[in-house]
Amino acid sequence: MRSGFPLFPEQASTLAGRVDAIYFFLVIISGFFSLLIFAAVIYFAIKYHHRAGEEHAPGLVNDNLTLEIVWTVVPLALTMIMFVWGAKVYFSMSRPPNDSLEIFVVGRQWMWKFQHPDGQREINELHVPLGQPVKLVIASEDVIHSFYVPAFRVKQDAVPGRYTTVWFEATKTGRFHMFCAEYCGTQHSGMIGRIVVLEPVQYAAWLSGDTATPGAAMAATRPPADGSLADRGHRLFQQLGCASCHLPDRQGIGPLLHGVFGNPVRLRDGRTAVADESYIRESILQPQAKITAGFQALMPSFQGRVNEEELMQLLAYIKSLGKR
Amino acid sequence: MSNYLNVNYGVKSWLLTRDHKRIALLYLGAVTLFFFIGGAAAVIFRIELLTPQGDLVQAETYNKLFTMHGIIMIFLFLIPAIPAVLGNFLVPMMLGARDLAFPRLNLASWYVFVTGGLFLLGAMIAGGVDTGWTFYTPYSTVYSNSYVIATALGAFIVGFSSIMTGLNFVVTIHTMRAPGQTWFRLPLFIWSHYATSVIILLGTPVLAITIVLLALERLLGLGIFNPALGGDPILFQHLFWFYSHPAVYIMILPAMGVISELITTFSRKRIFSYQFVAFSSIAIAVLGFFVWGHHMFVSGQSVYAGMVFSFLSMFVAIPSAIKVFNWTATLYKGSVSWQTPLLYALGFIGLFTIGGLTGLFLATLAVDVHVHDTYFVVAHFHYIMVGGTIMGYLGGLHFWWPKISGRLYPEGWAKFAALVIFVGFNLTFFPQFLLGYLGMPRRYYAYPEEFQVLNVMSTAGASILGVGYIIPMVYFIWSMRYGPPASANPFGASGLEWQTASPPPTENFAATPVVTCEVYTYPSEHDRGANP
Repeated sequence: MRSGFPLFPEQASTLAGRVDAIYFFLVIISGFFSLLIFAAVIYFAIKYHHRAGEEHAPGLVNDNLTLEIVWTVVPLALTMIMFVWGAKVYFSMSRPPNDSLEIFVVGRQWMWKFQHPDGQREINELHVPLGQPVKLVIASEDVIHSFYVPAFRVKQDAVPGRYTTVWFEATKTGRFHMFCAEYCGTQHSGMIGRIVVLEPVQYAAWLSGDTATPGAAMAATRPPADGSLADRGHRLFQQLGCASCHLPDRQGIGPLLHGVFGNPVRLRDGRTAVADESYIRESILQPQAKITAGFQALMPSFQGRVNEEELMQLLAYIKSLGKR
Repeated sequence: MSNYLNVNYGVKSWLLTRDHKRIALLYLGAVTLFFFIGGAAAVIFRIELLTPQGDLVQAETYNKLFTMHGIIMIFLFLIPAIPAVLGNFLVPMMLGARDLAFPRLNLASWYVFVTGGLFLLGAMIAGGVDTGWTFYTPYSTVYSNSYVIATALGAFIVGFSSIMTGLNFVVTIHTMRAPGQTWFRLPLFIWSHYATSVIILLGTPVLAITIVLLALERLLGLGIFNPALGGDPILFQHLFWFYSHPAVYIMILPAMGVISELITTFSRKRIFSYQFVAFSSIAIAVLGFFVWGHHMFVSGQSVYAGMVFSFLSMFVAIPSAIKVFNWTATLYKGSVSWQTPLLYALGFIGLFTIGGLTGLFLATLAVDVHVHDTYFVVAHFHYIMVGGTIMGYLGGLHFWWPKISGRLYPEGWAKFAALVIFVGFNLTFFPQFLLGYLGMPRRYYAYPEEFQVLNVMSTAGASILGVGYIIPMVYFIWSMRYGPPASANPFGASGLEWQTASPPPTENFAATPVVTCEVYTYPSEHDRGANP
């Protein structure tokens, strides 16, 4: 985070430079056409200025089809470059690398809550390692929020009722602004925090709560006593009674959950769905929406019985289940 | 001589008038009032933003102020300003007609407009609304404790006045053109108002439907947008922008029509490529309906949907570019006289060019991800709405003021005000592009310190802009009494509206004019009337 009077944002992620390159291209194209128009307008207005009382008949100018075609096709071609380039980078933004560190984010009026895979939790502050892709799975407990880190050039709405994802790989250590970008009520502008990017060693120290490591002055947390996210999810899985139907030996009245995550699931109505985060979430909250082939629609809804953070713990547990 | 202003007197003769010219003036009064109320809200929150911390008003008040500013400016000023004031006055006159096709409907539209406006103001006086003019769900339907329903109902009612005006224009333009006035002999002002009317007729009902759904969810708890009830909050955004993106073109197209008239009149030269300029209005109206999803690139909609909307959005830039190029080319070898309306037109071209080109930044997916919901967007749409629409409106108001009032305004003051507005506008909004790319989100009551310098510049510009808007109001009112009388055609313009007295008689024309040539044909120099 900087003080003073900056005119351009810091670049602190692998995406930042790619976005800025398109931005500069757009600035150059826009600058060129703006100056062209301004210069032509001012030049014509002065050169053909008619003063009162002067004899000065306008010249005869015919329409010019060639000119019309040129100034239709040239801008069209340029906008197509903008489209393709912008879409290419946007596509990369939407595809987190497979080895991403996964962190769960819940937005609510008016704070950001984070859960690390090992179980550490933070509010309005997120520690991440340098040089490793980080994928955020985002949910909202109430209204729409938007997770925004200008230095990383990433933004993603947190939408109640579904998961959204965003990823980044930090290229600079330090602290960066984290904003809520979607208006969410009275304290919208107070829903801000910071991202702290640490060297991997310091990050590991931070995770373990080891204050002896250099840089660990920032250490704010210890490994939680209640275990990792998946451990907590496992306990919930027992407490909520999920385990009594989703048996690990394929004998349960619910489908086996081992190895389900990330793979296609055949549904009773013949369709196929990929068991991603949103699918698991829906299956817990609206079990009737998609029934796995070969099973009955017996599962009750857990809407109102688990909150967004618990859902994320269950999700982490289901993801942790290997193939059996 | 009897004209529409002095044919009879008294409040009743105005409030029950069916004369499109008097109705235009009723609208002028109403939109001017709303403009200054909406502007006052902006003044307060710009002062609040002088310092990083919130200190002048409370966060809740700030949120209500920007909501009020947006709702008033969009629904009660920008959408009706040019069509309902200048359009109402000029559409029949440019067609050589006595009135619009449905004079009673026209008067009704004003009453509907005022009723809706009073609803909106009433809701704001009662306690206000804090959802932003966008009413995003589920905040608006579940979480906001403000007067959402009354406000939404106000917007719903105002929408019907737009529909009435749009319907009146479409029918009038189709059926009441003067003998010999073929489609390609119509002023471009008429083409742009025709395109606007089509958007109004197709789009506004969707806004009405969306507001009804919103009210049903908020009042009765029907699950439409609220995910806790099985609804989808993104559905609201689709419905909202399906109207509200085309609404941007409802606001800008009429101004483009004004600019076409001004450029040709003050260059004394026919418009370059009439047909391209005319059809670009239609192209904007059609394409405008297929780009709404570009407001939702980071909402979690499918990546492929984002790509389709980005691709389509690029196409809207083309007809706008065609217009700008053709206006510029019209000046070439013209006989350019630097009168106030032309200054506004040139200002429009410059500011609209910047506004349009920065629209490309927002249509480009990866860049939009960064600047979406930041001040970059705020700056962009103010360049279009204020730099474009309001410049066009003021330019048009000056141009047709002698026709409307029968009086000339003071040219020196008018040029001065145009300059003040241009400078104030740029100082207000250009820094916001920089703020936006730096990452300052919009609708922020308090902000990090490093954004302060640019915010102070913006507030300074806003105070200059505010003064700039007050000056014309003062001299327009002054000119109604003290301005020198205007001749029938003080600018040597070519449209039919200049062939009758200023101000025109109630029936507009003594005899129906007959059109025998294309619209922008200028008589030779010495026939020209006196300059103001």
